Order: sequence, then C-alpha cells, then structure tokens
Amino acid sequence: MDKLITVSPPPHYYGDDTVKKLMYGVVYALLPALAVSVYFFGIGALIVTAVSIFSCLAFEYLIQKYMMKQEPSISDGSALLTGLLLAFNLPSNLPWWIIIIGALVAIGVGKMTFGGLGNNPFNPALVGRVFLFISFPVQMTSWPTPIASRLQYADAVTGPTPLGIVKEGLSAEATMPQLLEQIPGYMELLLGYMRGSMGEISALALIAGGIYMLARKIITWHIPASVILSVLVFTGILWLINPYDNADPLFHILSGGLLLGAIYMATDYVTSPMTPKGMWIFGTGIGVITVAIRVFGAYPEGVSFAILIMNAFVPLINKYVKIKGFGEEVKNG
Amino acid sequence: MITTFPKGGIHPPEDKFSAGSPIRELPLPKTVTIPICQHLGAPSEPLVKKGDKVKTGQIIAKSSGFVSANIHSSVTGTVARIDKAMDSSGYRRDAIFINTEEDVWQEGIDTGSNLVKTIHSGREEIIQKTLEAGIVGLGGATFPSHIKLSVPKGKKVDVLIINGIECEPCLTSDHRLMLEKGEEIMIGIRLIMTALGVSRAVIGIENNKKDAISHLGSLARDYQGIEVQALRVKYPQGAEKQLIKAIINREVPSGKLPVEVGAVVHNVGTAFAVYEAIQKNKPLIERVVTVTGKDLARPSNLLVRIGTPVSELIEAAGGLPENTGKIVNGGPMMGKALNSLDVPVTKGTSGILVIPDKESFRKPVVNCIRCAKCVSICPMGLQPYLLRAASEYKKWDIVENEHAMDCMECGSCSYICPSGIPLLDYIKLGKATVSKIIRTRKQ
Amino acid sequence: MSDVIINSIIIVSAMGLAAALILFVVAKKFHVVEDPRIEQVEEELPAANCGGCGYPGCRAFAEALVNSDDISELNCPVSSNEAMGKIASILGKEIGEKEPLVAVVRCGGTPDHRPKTNIYDGASSCTIESSLYTGESGCPYGCLGLGECVEACSFDAIHMNPETMLPEVVDDLCTACNACVKACPRGIIELRKKNKKDRKIYVSCINQEKGGVARKNCKVACIGCGKCVKVCPYEAITLENNLAYIDPYKCRLCRKCAPECPTNAILEINFPVKKKQEAAAG
Repeated sequence: MDKLITVSPPPHYYGDDTVKKLMYGVVYALLPALAVSVYFFGIGALIVTAVSIFSCLAFEYLIQKYMMKQEPSISDGSALLTGLLLAFNLPSNLPWWIIIIGALVAIGVGKMTFGGLGNNPFNPALVGRVFLFISFPVQMTSWPTPIASRLQYADAVTGPTPLGIVKEGLSAEATMPQLLEQIPGYMELLLGYMRGSMGEISALALIAGGIYMLARKIITWHIPASVILSVLVFTGILWLINPYDNADPLFHILSGGLLLGAIYMATDYVTSPMTPKGMWIFGTGIGVITVAIRVFGAYPEGVSFAILIMNAFVPLINKYVKIKGFGEEVKNG
Repeated sequence: MITTFPKGGIHPPEDKFSAGSPIRELPLPKTVTIPICQHLGAPSEPLVKKGDKVKTGQIIAKSSGFVSANIHSSVTGTVARIDKAMDSSGYRRDAIFINTEEDVWQEGIDTGSNLVKTIHSGREEIIQKTLEAGIVGLGGATFPSHIKLSVPKGKKVDVLIINGIECEPCLTSDHRLMLEKGEEIMIGIRLIMTALGVSRAVIGIENNKKDAISHLGSLARDYQGIEVQALRVKYPQGAEKQLIKAIINREVPSGKLPVEVGAVVHNVGTAFAVYEAIQKNKPLIERVVTVTGKDLARPSNLLVRIGTPVSELIEAAGGLPENTGKIVNGGPMMGKALNSLDVPVTKGTSGILVIPDKESFRKPVVNCIRCAKCVSICPMGLQPYLLRAASEYKKWDIVENEHAMDCMECGSCSYICPSGIPLLDYIKLGKATVSKIIRTRKQ
Repeated sequence: MSDVIINSIIIVSAMGLAAALILFVVAKKFHVVEDPRIEQVEEELPAANCGGCGYPGCRAFAEALVNSDDISELNCPVSSNEAMGKIASILGKEIGEKEPLVAVVRCGGTPDHRPKTNIYDGASSCTIESSLYTGESGCPYGCLGLGECVEACSFDAIHMNPETMLPEVVDDLCTACNACVKACPRGIIELRKKNKKDRKIYVSCINQEKGGVARKNCKVACIGCGKCVKVCPYEAITLENNLAYIDPYKCRLCRKCAPECPTNAILEINFPVKKKQEAAAG
C-alpha cells in the first residue's frame, strides 16, 4: 500500500460530544429564557445581551492573542456562554459601559488569569456579576418593570424585585400575608412577569431548558436537585415555624436567580465537583447559603454569592469525596 | 429478567455489519507465519527446525512454563525458517515460517463435521488435553485456558459463566459461532463444567443478539444446569468482573480473581475449542475472525488458520478500500492498530477492522473542562481525569493510590471525553510505571 | 471625633502588639537548630533541583554533603570542579574529581534517511508511543521525535531540530545531569566524556538488528559489519549484537574509524574540516 496508515492506541471509536457541542447545548437551552426576557424587557434585554456577548468574545480573543500568545479559541462557545450568562444576571437597563467592565472582569479576571477554559476556580460570569454588584450597587439594583419598559433602555421605569419587596417589608415589621398582595402570584412567577435580572425571571423557560440539558446529558440532575431540595427544606422549616415572618418555599424557589443559578450557573463543569456525592454536598451548600443570605443577610438575593463561596470549596470536595470503586468494600451475600 | 452491571458503561455505535454473514472457510494461505508467543505468559520453545516437514495439527512449539501454551502447525508443509517476524506493534519477535503444501492432518484428529455428544473424559483428562491442544482464552486476553480449568487449592467454584457478550462494536465472530456451532458449544461447556466440578453454568448474551439467545436457550433445555441469561446492551459488559456482577451480582474484590467469588469465566469460542480438543482431538489451529469495516465490500466471518497474513483476510472480504486510514486488530474499543498488513492472525485475533480515513484520526485535544463524564462512565469507579493528570506529571504515588491498577483499559473514558483527551494512553503509562514500582518494591 | 481616632489607634496598636507577641513566642518555641553550613553549601550549588545527584533537590544534597563524613562519592554533575572544590573547603572534606561529561544523541534517523512507514496519532509522549509500537519508521530502536528529553532538561540544553526531527544537545549548556538519559524510553542518549574543543566520535545508532534489516529501515544504521573494529588501533571499538560501540575512555580521537563506516553511522563532530579534505584527496 502506498498510503501511510495511521496507528494510535485504542480506542478507535470516539463519542460525538465535543466541548463546542456541550457549550452550544447550554446556549440553546438558554434561548427560551432569552425569548421571555426580550418579550418582557424589549430592547433593553437585546442591548444588554448583545453588548455582553460581544465584549466577552472580544476580550477572550484579545487576551488569548496578545497577552497569552496562543491560538484564540473563541469558537468553542465558552466565551459566548459566559457572555450570555453574564447578561442574564444583569438588569436590562444597565448602561453599556458597565456591561463592558463586567465582561472584562468576567473573562479577564474570572477566567484568563487562571489559564483559560478549564482552569478557573470561580464561575466567570458570576465573578463579573458580583464585581459589578459591589462596584455599581445603584445601577445594579434598579430593576425595570416588565412590559411597561419594553421600548426604553436606560430610562426604563424601575422598581424593586419580589425578593426586595419581601426583604424591605419584613424588616419594616410587615407580615408575610400583608406582603403577598404586593408581590406577583405564582403564575406570574412561573411565566416571568416580574422585575429582576433579565434572564432569571421565567421559571418555566428555565426549567424547559434544564430538561433539554438533562435529556441531552449535558448536565446531571444532582446539582439542580440538591440546590432546589435544600432550599425547599430550609425555607420550609422556617416557614412552618413562623409563616408570618417567612416567605413560603415555593416563592423562594420561583423568585430571584435561584433556578438560573441552580440549573445553569452551579452546573458549570469547570467549577463544580466531579463525583455525584460531591455534587450533592456542593448543591446543598449553595441552597443553604442562599437561604441564609436571603433570610438573615443584608441582601435580598444571595445565589451568586452562594455559588461563588461553594466554588471555593470544590477543590476540597474533589480531594476528599471520592467515588466508591468497583470491588472496594465488597459485600457478597 | 434482563440484567446489566450497575456502575458506568457507555453505548458506542454497534456497527455489527457482518452479523448476517455465515462463517466461511478461508482458502489455505501459501505461507503461514506462526509467532511463538501468541498467549499471555512465557514464549513457547520451538520443536522444529528449518527444512522440517510438518503436518496440520502437529505440535511445533512446546509450552515453556506454567503460564504458557503449546503451538501447533496450522498447515502441512515445510518449515522455511525460524526468524524474527513483525508482530502487531511492529516489533520483531520470533516466529516459525511454514510454506504450505497439500493439507494432511496429523493422525488421530477427527476432521469430520459429525457431532460427538457422549463425554468419556474425566476431569484430569480434560485439563491435560486442553493443555496439549494449546487452548488460550479466545476472547482476546489469550490467557492459557488449562490454568482456568483447574480450581486453585482452598478455593471453591460454584458457577461457570460463559461469555457470549461480544460487547465490542463491529465484532460478530462469537455471535456467528453461537448460531452455527451451538450444540458444540453446549458440549464444550459441559466439558468445562466437568473439569471445574460445577453443576451450574450461565451463558451471558447481550440483548442485541436475540437469535443467539433463543437458539442457545432452546438447546439448553437438553443440558441440565446450563442456562442462558439475556443482558442489556452496554459496553464493557464482556469484561470479566462486569459480567460476573451483571449475571450473578457478585463483586470481585479489587486486585483479586473471579475465583474469589466462586466464579470462573470462559469465552464461547474457548468452549468450542475445548469441544474440538477433547471430542475431536483437534488442537487450536484455526479460529473465527470477523473482517469488517464501513466501506468494506463484503464484511465476513472467516474461519482462518493461525498464521495467515491479515492481507489475505481483507482480500477475502472484498479487498482494502481506497479510503482506508487505519487497520485494527480486534474491536474498535480495545483493538490494536496495525502498522502493516503482513502481520499474521494469532490465537487472540478476534477481528480485523478497517477504518476509513476520516474516522481514523482523533479529535483535537483541548483543555479538560472537568465535565466529570469520565468519572460517571468508568465501570471500575475510578477517576480517569485525575489518573491522567497524575500520570502526565509523573506523580506515581497518586496514580497508585487512586487504584490505577484496577483499570481494565476498556477505553470508555477516552471515548466519552468531549475535550478529546487521550485519557487511556496516560492511564496505561501510569499503570505500566506503577506495576514496575510495585515489582521493585517486592524485591 | 477625637475619641474615634484615639480608639482606632489603641485598637490597632494592641492588635499589632498581640500579633508580635504571638510571633515572638512561636519563633522561640519552634526554633529549629540547623547547621549554618547547609545554607552555605546550598549557595554554591546550582539550585536547578535537577536530581542528577540522586537526591530530590539541591537542599537535600547540601544536607547530605554536610552530614556525611566521606563525600568523595557524592557528586553534583552540574557544578564545575571549582564549585565543588569550594564546597569541599567550606566543609573541610575531600571531594572526588570528576571528568566532565556531555549528553550525546545516538540516532541519525532523519526523515531522509529513515522513511516514514505510518502515522502516529496518539498522546504526544515518547514513552506511550514506544510502548505501543515501533514508531513512525520501521526502526524499533530509533528516536521517536516527540521530545520527552527536551521537556526533561532543566538547562535548556537540548532542542528538537525541526528539519532532522532529532534532538540536538547544546554542549556548552549541557551539565550531564542525566535527566534526558532517563527520560528517553529507548535509551538513545548517552553521557560521554567531554573532549577538548567538544570534539567527539561516536556511533550514532543503537539498532541491534541484523545488518540487512537495520539498513532497510534506515540508511545510516550501524549494520554491525565490524570494519571500524578492525581499523581501530586502540581497541576502543567493540561489536556486540550487531552494533558497534566506541568506548569514550579508550578512544583517542584518531578518526580512523569514521571513513571506514559504509553507512556513515560514525559521526565526527567539531573536528577541523581541512584535515578531512586532505584525507579525501589522499
């Protein structure tokens, strides 16, 4: 034979999954939530998303090419996903220059300083979001009213989020039944007719995307289930003890960024544990810290902080929580 | 009930192109190259020299130790030379070259196709004849079978498991053998049961071979103690430990042999070879080889004499396609890529797979994204990503402590990795180094 | 306002004082008495932590030097004789003289000489490729060209030449630490005596196959013909397993063997060119 044949160690068959396919899979799963967001927040949502994605891609390209001197890999979809998730965590009336700063922090500080994809200990989008949240607290906590501000961007009509109403109300000595009249009902929470970060509003769209990711085996069920379950249990106990001073568990799960965080941010491959048992610990930690911040802390919302805190524990979890090997501790009847 | 093993596993495309093609006998090759080491263990000692006339089935190399096997001439002819021949890895090893003449079998071998049902042999005789016939595990591991027929002192075996899984994609040789030589396999199983002194045998067959399940199932009615168990399709179910777990739900402890849980596993091909050796007095000189590939004209199952060059097998399957990029000895998951077509078929060759150009290169490697897919699919419950990193950075103590030696090299981790990282390559390196370290420690 | 300032000053000073106190107590309590000479000796060592001495690093080697009575067997392959002499004088012990060595790559299988027979598509590691099969050429002894020796070198003294696909040693930087020798799964690299002006003569092949087979796979393979053995006046060349080997300690660099080699497997390096031309003319 004239042609040279290839020799390589086994296996000779390879699965279809690539990093690119997985990343785009998450992006596809986020599209319904994006659509809902555009429906409720109009051009603001479009501008924030576009600016965030574009600047994340641009920073990734520039840093890889000129600072790290390597072949840019923006086509793998990871920067696109970071951009999309960052946008989802921002209010839709955020000035464009703040978004660019957020993208720089997310990609530059959150991801590239650690060596790029696969090496970052913290979720880059959340690093960007939390940086902005602390640096620009006023802009980051003015929430446009859905539908009413469809055609406005920076000058949108704003007001507090449901969680904000509850927090303010409870600290002003109001009781939960009184506050219930001011916050949206469950149906509105499911559909997303409320104020909040542009991507977190519609529980239904987020759950639909989550089911798609589970079906395509992009994520496993462990982390979302453990986050939601622990929030359910923790808030459930508080609610049963004192339903006047505590919101009910369903409200906690459907409002704020909990579902976005549990399904899309906490399941980020790079920053979550490797074993199912580790994922349970990680998810439960996020749930507990989130509720602790929401109920006892100063901020109305704590998902991003909870995920970042648990991200820091991931190396430790990976080191000590191991999977049980085949043939270890055998029990044969 | 259809069972399977619980931990990990993958579902590669099955690609059993040759499942419907009956076993054909390949015409005798002009020359055969018979390596003197076709089995796990010590190479055999040649008994012939240049110029000797040999008959088909005549012993030409003698087992040289406890873990070793006899080798018989697969053709009639003259020994051309005993020299180095390229093996499947390209390294040159000793082999006996024989120029073929007209086929004359050694006296005493029953070459007829009649079925010999009555068993006259006792335990000792079966083990002795298996040893003499040079039978090795035909599933691919090529461990000398007579050792697995004798139960070690102090151990008790209560069940024989027959491996008819063929979980490797593409391969169909065991499948065809079960369909066409079912009765012979049954008698072979009965012989192995006699040797082991067990009264129960289970044939495990994956559910994608329904015809084999029903065929052997109906035959098993006449053989008391032999049953057929259908298993859900999952790779690597054919691995010894996974198979035992799937069929009788016993877990072989880490670093131990199946005998520890009272089970012994033999391949269906081995059962057939045992039948031939004892009932027909025929040594192991031929085997069924699947020759397959997406673009091969006639994917086939061929009955091939040991020592036939691979090129003749591919010729018989319709010739090498233009777009061939890789040729694999074995299945696509654990098979070895060949770097030449002159390599001979050996006792362990279960298939020849021809892979086209565009599928013969690996995915480009990118950073590990810690997706944990390798951890979730590892059938041995290891952490391949960690083993790979430890091997690459030469942290051999971590490799050892993370149970690298339990890895059976099924390749599921490399298969699933979305980053295209050659996990198994590095784990193999780690295993090799760690076993060296363990050996020096023992001294 | 002023009490705020005073309070802050008092609190910060108190904290500083407390911290200082704790540090002081800890430093006293857990003080480790250490031979100061270890520090001095470590100063003299190259701090490359290459492991060429057999110890896990320069620090460990320094400890060994200080703690053992007889250090003539201990040797840092990287340090010069002067540096080791200095260490000996610090310690007041005798140190063994060593002969300078240099790493030599004994494979001449460039793509021109050694035709490619197939393509390797596995992990980029010589050890893995070597355990799998013979490599991209037919020669089971030759260089695989994936550069594990380059990675092993702490001194940037060995590089892959993209044209020849073989590693090349920079003699001035090579410290003979043995790292590349250990890294090469095929044992191609050897440490040989360093001669004047970096001159060397060596058989650039380690193929032990029969002449015909070796030659078929590589034009510059040693075919074990033995011509060089006959011509050597100093009995420096031995032939074993179809392979000639020049003993660097017996060789006097007379250069008689190289022209004899029918496959040009014996290399002469850093010799004046003029003489060669004369030999060719004569």
